[in-house]
Amino acid sequence: MDASAIPKEQLFHMYRTMVTIRRFEETIRDLFFQGQIPGFVHVSIGEEAVPTGVCAALTDKDYITTTHRGHGHMLAKGGEPKRMMAELFGRKTGYCKGKGGSMHIVSYELGILGANGIVGAGIPIATGAALASSFRGNEAVAVSFFGDGASNEGTFHESLNLASLWKLPAIYVCQNNAYAEFTATSESTSVKDIAVRAAGYDMPGVVVDGNDVLAVYEVMRQAVTRAKKGEGPTLIEAKTYRWEGHVVGEQAFVADYRDPQEIAAAKQRCPIVLFTQKLLETGFVAAAELERIQREVQATIDDAVAFAQSSPLPDVSEATQDVFANP
Amino acid sequence: MRDIGFIEAINEALAEEMERDPTVFVMGEDVRLGAFGATRGLIDKFGATRVRNTPISEAGFAGAGVGAAMAGMRPVVEIEFASFFYCCWDQICNQAGKLRYMSGGQARMPITYRCVFGAMGSAAAQHSEVVYPQFLAAPGLKIVIPSDAGDMKGLLKASIRDDDPVLVFEHGRLGFTRGQVPDGEHIVPLGKGAVKRAGTDVSIVAIGAMVAKALSVAEELAQDGVSVEVFDPRTLVPLDEDGLLATVAKTGRVVIADEGHLRGGAAADLAAIVIDKGFDYLNAPIKRVTALDTPIPFSPPLEEFVLPNEAKIKAAVQEIAR
Repeated sequence: MDASAIPKEQLFHMYRTMVTIRRFEETIRDLFFQGQIPGFVHVSIGEEAVPTGVCAALTDKDYITTTHRGHGHMLAKGGEPKRMMAELFGRKTGYCKGKGGSMHIVSYELGILGANGIVGAGIPIATGAALASSFRGNEAVAVSFFGDGASNEGTFHESLNLASLWKLPAIYVCQNNAYAEFTATSESTSVKDIAVRAAGYDMPGVVVDGNDVLAVYEVMRQAVTRAKKGEGPTLIEAKTYRWEGHVVGEQAFVADYRDPQEIAAAKQRCPIVLFTQKLLETGFVAAAELERIQREVQATIDDAVAFAQSSPLPDVSEATQDVFANP
Repeated sequence: MRDIGFIEAINEALAEEMERDPTVFVMGEDVRLGAFGATRGLIDKFGATRVRNTPISEAGFAGAGVGAAMAGMRPVVEIEFASFFYCCWDQICNQAGKLRYMSGGQARMPITYRCVFGAMGSAAAQHSEVVYPQFLAAPGLKIVIPSDAGDMKGLLKASIRDDDPVLVFEHGRLGFTRGQVPDGEHIVPLGKGAVKRAGTDVSIVAIGAMVAKALSVAEELAQDGVSVEVFDPRTLVPLDEDGLLATVAKTGRVVIADEGHLRGGAAADLAAIVIDKGFDYLNAPIKRVTALDTPIPFSPPLEEFVLPNEAKIKAAVQEIAR
């Protein structure tokens, strides 16, 4: 897709989103090593074009579900770095008042029905949100982000069957980052392209370069149009690569399982660098403008960290709250 | 008051709530046809959009129910038999039960799961199980076990209106019973037990299909001069602790009758609560009458041997009665 076909403001928004995801995750990786963030942290550095391209085609009314590696999807859907950072720090000011943490952020007002610690669990939930939308004339679409690993879970197959059967406004975005935990996709998955599994459920299956934000945006726009017309779901496989490990700090407990040359080659196709080149080629974007966005993003992330660090921890009396709406 | 069937009570509750609230819809395997009768005829009144046949795909549709609830609907999801819950364990325990808490109170989860449970005669271990103790150990889920047609209707209506995930367990044997249901709007609030028969000597705390058995034992023992009170907690979560402790305080002697297993079961849980909070009221050890700790067998004599029944309840009462 040609960048010059998209309004400059929207291109800048995409660029800002990608840089925000990158800086946010680089920052939390470093903070984790400093012992400031408890629990598990999974980053998606190198995969920023997928959430950015997908969410650029969505509105606040649309729903998403995401995964343990979900910071990017939340930021792209409008998540505030401050409240996300505070959640990662286990603070009262976080999106979930410190009860969810990195793997479980939810924001109802943004249509984020949750990151999820269980691989594949968000897929039927997004399908159900699409079902709810179908009662209201397909006013919104529901996107499920998941990885290559989740495409081997039963919930993936059951959900695609249901959504196709009922022509639900669901969009299944498989962010294939080449590894499921510590195992290469080629060793865990029967097909080379996960998108071909769509054929088994009579829906379109599209492979897209997951490092090309505009290509992702383009296929998403088609999927959204189809979903809103009541024509049913689409499976999009966005091929990308996980630059970092499965979980931050894994070097402490697992041996090397990837060829360093493979990682280095993947980094040659940095989605932010690729997008920057495209932007500069349009002729109407100046490098100085992108540098200004980078500085603004850095300030936003610095503010988010300061906000999280200075926020109060929850009072222990809150531990027994929120189990039920009506206890 | 009207005399209606247990299944009819379910059907009335569903129809009334669907009539009242357009966000209520029913989905599950064969719900259009209404395999056991509970959903029969709803299709004619509410159409295929709100009475949705699903594939045999529990994880898929149990999870879709979670998403639909979060996105503004009020689904009633039928899981044909309680043991099939194992096929969608993650969606119930990890998702429906936890998402409100994990989201710091944001997630709305007005979903009701209905299922048939319990031994109904040589259905063998995968169609006879009492699964609610497993859910009792998973915080965030409400557990409802009606023991007669009146409670079935009133509790199901309350469950559908509740904004939390509720699991309603309908004993297969009760499907063939009839009972009294009040005319007009009939709601039984969750968390309120019922004294089904008043007595002074021994309390039988009975769950689900054990209530009718306890009542028949009480009738028999009355002729021997033993006055038995029968308390039905009706919901295990929330639990009417005040009601439970009140019957213990009244009689000081307690038999807990439940079709679940002895170890880790609902009877064990209730007994522990009575000991923690009502120890001073007790004049005798608490007796639990439950299934033996085996899977439920197929062959009739084996099944009968494993399950709790009137004779076992009566023997337990006699053991601790003065």
